[in-house]
Amino acid sequence: MSRSQAPAAPGGNRTRKDRTRKPRSADPSAARPRTPDGPPHNASPHRGGGPAERLVRWVRRGGVTTILFGLPMVLCFAYFSWWPIVQSVQLSFQQTNLVDPATWVGLDNFRHVLDDPLLWKAVKNTALFAVLALAIGFPVPLFLAVLIAELRRGGTLFRILAYLPVAIPPVVSVLLWKVFYDPDAGLFNQLLAHVGLGPYPWLQSTDTAMLSIVLEATWAGFGSTVIIYLAALGSVPGELYEAAEIDAAGIWRRVWHITLPSLRGVVLIMLLLQIIGTLQVFTEPFVMTDGGPEDSTLTVLMLIYNYAFQNGDFGAATALSVMLALVLGVLSAIYLRATRSWSN
Amino acid sequence: MAVQTPLRSRRNRPEQSGRGLISSADRRRTSVRLSLRSVQTLSLLLLLAFGAAPLYWTFKGAVSPTQELLRDPLALWPGHAQWDNLSRAWSELQVGQYLWNTVVLVTGSVVAHLVVATTGGYVLSVLRPKWAAPVRWMVLATLFIPGSISLVALYLTVLDLPGLGISLANSPWGVWLPHAASAFTVLIVMKFFDGIPRELFEAAKVDGAGPFVIFRRIVLPMSRPILAVVTLLTVMNSWKDFLWPLIVIPDTEKQPISAALPRLAETAEQSLLIAGMLLAILPPVVLFLIFQRQIVRGGGGFTGLKG
Repeated sequence: MSRSQAPAAPGGNRTRKDRTRKPRSADPSAARPRTPDGPPHNASPHRGGGPAERLVRWVRRGGVTTILFGLPMVLCFAYFSWWPIVQSVQLSFQQTNLVDPATWVGLDNFRHVLDDPLLWKAVKNTALFAVLALAIGFPVPLFLAVLIAELRRGGTLFRILAYLPVAIPPVVSVLLWKVFYDPDAGLFNQLLAHVGLGPYPWLQSTDTAMLSIVLEATWAGFGSTVIIYLAALGSVPGELYEAAEIDAAGIWRRVWHITLPSLRGVVLIMLLLQIIGTLQVFTEPFVMTDGGPEDSTLTVLMLIYNYAFQNGDFGAATALSVMLALVLGVLSAIYLRATRSWSN
Repeated sequence: MAVQTPLRSRRNRPEQSGRGLISSADRRRTSVRLSLRSVQTLSLLLLLAFGAAPLYWTFKGAVSPTQELLRDPLALWPGHAQWDNLSRAWSELQVGQYLWNTVVLVTGSVVAHLVVATTGGYVLSVLRPKWAAPVRWMVLATLFIPGSISLVALYLTVLDLPGLGISLANSPWGVWLPHAASAFTVLIVMKFFDGIPRELFEAAKVDGAGPFVIFRRIVLPMSRPILAVVTLLTVMNSWKDFLWPLIVIPDTEKQPISAALPRLAETAEQSLLIAGMLLAILPPVVLFLIFQRQIVRGGGGFTGLKG
């Protein structure tokens, strides 16, 4: 209701501003030229004066109020974002047990982590997860999105069905699939038995545990990717298809030469986001298998968690975090470049 | 509550214009029509199998006796439906308590998100003091540093807030405040504020309105759509949150449902566990179905970046 009222009040009074508000023009914020986007401090003329005068002017211009408005954000980020990032780096060079003062140990934590045979297992598993997730999870949403975009009716139903798994809390999805994966009474083995396949060990075998987790993760995530591709497909100009059709390009050639090239920006972004996401996979293996069997589903983030919250070795945990951050930082930089050049 | 997104005008585009990949001329060809039909029908069946069937199975499992679930997981409906599974899960597994904890965490996270993002966005987008530029840069920079990287250090910070000596462990504040340091939320709110015409602020200022009045009378009322989006996003995301509440709230009595369920799964009877899972699924799924139009048509905003 007040959405239309609020702006109307000041707008209606705009005409009398020069007459009635003369005294306020001494205030620099009112006197500044009407360059809407210019920051206030640029507009105020430099009039010298001592520090006290300058302080008074700053207060009058609303400096204190501005700081009050900024406090929630600055405090929140300082405590829970910026400081932890700085502290991660600091802790990675220290040994601490949270009671005695921390001691600097140089690169010892990094050496310790790099010497840990579990690290290489975790790196290998995480890479395997990322590759499997790409191989399974990448083509499906693309195909579905192209298909849904061509629906004349029922597109909403398709979208809702695709997105439903995303709405389920990840922990519940994982626990649900854990029930499905049960070798004896599980849904999957029972289903497959009907067509004469199996029984498969799923989570119980070192060969199939990771694949089983990837299947669950793909199921849980493909819906959001479909929705993003659909949004991108909506902006492919229809004239391109028309022109191609006039040139007698068949449907497949149109997919290949128009649809896919039009999507390549968003596809690249999704690819990078997916890699960045899979390198930090935690909930699925943690809840599904707790890293087993025989550490075959232990991931890098799980190793960080184990270092910190099981061994109490915060140095090793932060050292590994910093190394993971460097890898992700490179990927994020690529992501940033890609979104800059291709999303517009 | 109407969540209006600019993308709404674009909805149904291929469906309405008929000018997508496949043209009307194509559709008149029998071979195209037949193969399109069959691919679409097949996809619908697969989507039903993957999107709706697991939910239905959870519903069925929640009211089935455990023995029946183990004997025949494929049954469409239990021979003896046990509706009291739900109430037993609610009280015996304390699912009611965990759901309440979740509601508390989610509500506080929404409030914290809104306070931080609106006041912060107001400073960065409207007030723009000298120090806004570096702060804006530092906020945006955290967008590219995934939260899991500073997980351990964040935990140590929350255990002993520097300079304050307070521990937020086992306190809902330990979830609310770190959540609110979300660059993504600040960013989308800031972008929205950027779109409000400057003349409104100038005119209000000339009328003698101070920063507080402009914030309360102009910025907030005009930002309802984006505040609704932030609220919906935060509710969905913090309902799903698992790792952070697990770490910061070790007291099992205070844990949200996501952190509690894996622990329950180790000991609880299967039918009760599934009943508990159904209760955990229902709120976000119902919320999704209510706002599905905004979510599935909204595109990137909901599903893309996660700060």
